[in-house]
Amino acid sequence: MPRNFSSPFVSTFRLVALLLVLAVSTGLAAQDVNPFAGDPKAGKAGEFQFRINCAFCHGLGARGGGRGPDLTRARKRHGTSDADMFHTIKEGVPGTAMPAAVGSIGVVMTNEEVWQVVAYLRNVQVRAPEQPGNSQHGKELFYGDANCSGCHMVEGKGGRLGPDLTEVGGARAVDYIVDSVRYPSHRLAQGLSEATKEFPQEYETVTAVTSDGKKITGVTLNEDSFSVQVMDAGEHIYLLEKDKLRSFKKTRVSLMPAYSATLLSDKDLQDIVAYLLSLGAK
Amino acid sequence: MIRPRCKMLCCKSLLFLVSAISARDVFAQVNFARLVNSSREPQNWLTYSGDYAGRRFSTLDQINAANVHSLAAKWVYQTGATGKFETTPLVVDGILYGTAPDDRAFALDARTGRPLWLYQRQLPSDVRPCCGRVNRGFAILGNKIFLGTLDAHVVALDTKTGNVAWDVAAVDYTQGYSFTLAPLAVKNLIILGISGGEYGIRGFIDAYDAETGQRKWRFYTVPGPGEPGHETWQGDSWKTGGAPAWITGAYDPSTNQLFWPTGNPSPSNRGEGRAGDNLYSNTLLALDADTGNLSWHFQFTRHDEHDWDATEIPILIDLREKHLIAQANRNGFFYVLDRTRGKLLSATPFGKVTWSESKDGEGRPVAIKGSSPTPEGQLVCPGAAGTTNWMSPSFDPQTGLFYVNAREQCDAFSTAPQPYEAGHAYYGSAYFPSADSEPYYGALRALDPATGQIKWEFRHPSPSWSGVLSTAGNLVFTGDAEGNFIALDAASGKALWHFQTGGSVHSAPISFAVDGKQYVAVAAGSALYTFGLP
Repeated sequence: MPRNFSSPFVSTFRLVALLLVLAVSTGLAAQDVNPFAGDPKAGKAGEFQFRINCAFCHGLGARGGGRGPDLTRARKRHGTSDADMFHTIKEGVPGTAMPAAVGSIGVVMTNEEVWQVVAYLRNVQVRAPEQPGNSQHGKELFYGDANCSGCHMVEGKGGRLGPDLTEVGGARAVDYIVDSVRYPSHRLAQGLSEATKEFPQEYETVTAVTSDGKKITGVTLNEDSFSVQVMDAGEHIYLLEKDKLRSFKKTRVSLMPAYSATLLSDKDLQDIVAYLLSLGAK
Repeated sequence: MIRPRCKMLCCKSLLFLVSAISARDVFAQVNFARLVNSSREPQNWLTYSGDYAGRRFSTLDQINAANVHSLAAKWVYQTGATGKFETTPLVVDGILYGTAPDDRAFALDARTGRPLWLYQRQLPSDVRPCCGRVNRGFAILGNKIFLGTLDAHVVALDTKTGNVAWDVAAVDYTQGYSFTLAPLAVKNLIILGISGGEYGIRGFIDAYDAETGQRKWRFYTVPGPGEPGHETWQGDSWKTGGAPAWITGAYDPSTNQLFWPTGNPSPSNRGEGRAGDNLYSNTLLALDADTGNLSWHFQFTRHDEHDWDATEIPILIDLREKHLIAQANRNGFFYVLDRTRGKLLSATPFGKVTWSESKDGEGRPVAIKGSSPTPEGQLVCPGAAGTTNWMSPSFDPQTGLFYVNAREQCDAFSTAPQPYEAGHAYYGSAYFPSADSEPYYGALRALDPATGQIKWEFRHPSPSWSGVLSTAGNLVFTGDAEGNFIALDAASGKALWHFQTGGSVHSAPISFAVDGKQYVAVAAGSALYTFGLP
């Protein structure tokens, strides 16, 4: 008999089976609250799981590392409910460095272990004091005197030489953002993240001289052993084959100027950070 | 009534297919003598590393340094699988046999890439291998081809059909055990080692009768009560001591010795609670192939707290009357031993090492105080992934050089008490990149086994997980994380050719020939690529 649900001969058995399936899936969907909420033992087990599977990017205490955001903040970039967090951990975030819990980093996690990690994250969640600073003034500085927008785009407005900062408030710890402004070469920003590559491309600085003597200085959009894709300060993109260049030099000194306290006061920097953090809240 | 008809039809069409491919017997059986004398049939690739010595060297020279610039893609086989594609295919008389993620497998016409049969293991939903649902390949013997599975079974398939000939469970997978390596066929035995060092398993190496699947011997890599080496474990820590054996060993037919390396003690980041050397973790074992009895052992990293598995392919090298075995180890040292007695001859760093500054009386690197993990994280070089890892090296008898992909990356190692729970990951904390770390990069390095010195290197922008193939055409083939498959001059390291595959290379290349034409093949992304001259 062809398997066709439009068949008028739907047996009673099949109907019952269908109802059962519906009942079970409703039961699962209803589990949007952590079954281990408030269980200290589960929170501790979650800490072990977190260290094994998450700390590589999110840091030992979930306070954010080189790659992953600070997870102690109440507001999470990809949803703050237990169910959202479960989904983010279990399925990963496509298009970002956040993998599904299938063991590409750490080990495969069971549903139980994912809920334990959610329990742990609730334990370390800090009721962050309202970020000090005047976000409106920060926005004025960003597009005005501090000239951040010369190189950085926010919500479609600004330059393209540096990373787009629309999501940075949700993706990075405050310390990380401050450090990136004061010492941009300390930890280079990360750009293109390819699906099968272990590490994302970093914003290294390239200086190349072409065979006809043209000197190009810019940020690395991507690089392999044989080619490099570069954007210069004028936002021109160059696709270079290394063996055709007269010279090729790469440094880890960021093209971004270091904003010392004389260039940008602590107060003004705080305002800019407040502006960046306010973006994700919308 | 439908199924028997289909079966007959399949058989008929397969018979027709086989006779149509070629007049010769494409399914000639591979016996032990052929494996021992694999160098006499360089058109085939009969074992994981190409020969029992583990050299991954091909004597084919049709593709060589003078013409490799014209190398071109001949066919690509898409597996449809996601995740790291780590297979080394075997090639026997024009048929290529490979495995892919999730324990799927395929037999292809090696000239065209068109499949003869496909196999997919139905895995339980709760398998939990660490580090990807990978498989690294087959062993072949007689009319069967063998793989280890993620649910810790050993499976024999009929080479002509891919049908299961036998299937045995080695151990309970729910406790964290799995197989990911390519087995090794020796005499009538199929030998393979277990994975699961992340789960507090008790590691072992097994040998199965190729005909029946009956287990002939098991060597526990963590000695039990009353066995020598048991005293190197504190209390009951041996029960969860790890020491997996997840990469294929080498074999010396002249002495009937297997050389099999082992991995980290569990928990990997915490030495507290398992005081002692923790034998036979991170050790090279010399075992009698018939019985599994231990002849000698050499431990590379004693009481490891940095996850520095010694599961890197060891290579047998005969140099001026000396019978050597060489391994570029994850802990950053390149070791050369006398393989007749297991005596260390040299240990030379082939990358940045901060954990050791001196050697003991036998020449073994000694760990400095202060390199152990701390609660907050102690920066140590190399990092957890090591100066190299499971990716195959190659030894070229023409240049006398040992080629290995090295990684320059340091990590912060932290430690914390963690209770053992069966089947759950058991690390004792974490490792992570430090903001103070130097930038990471990778390099293919050519090492001289006589001196341990680096003769040349080819830098990769980021560390590569690719293995290495060397050939009599004065070539070294390797891949990179950026997706390039690259041919280098074996003597100088100069890049002569490359091809962008579009996916990172997590496998080791092979070479083979069909109808007098040489090919080079490599798995990259989720596809198998094969190259030849125009």
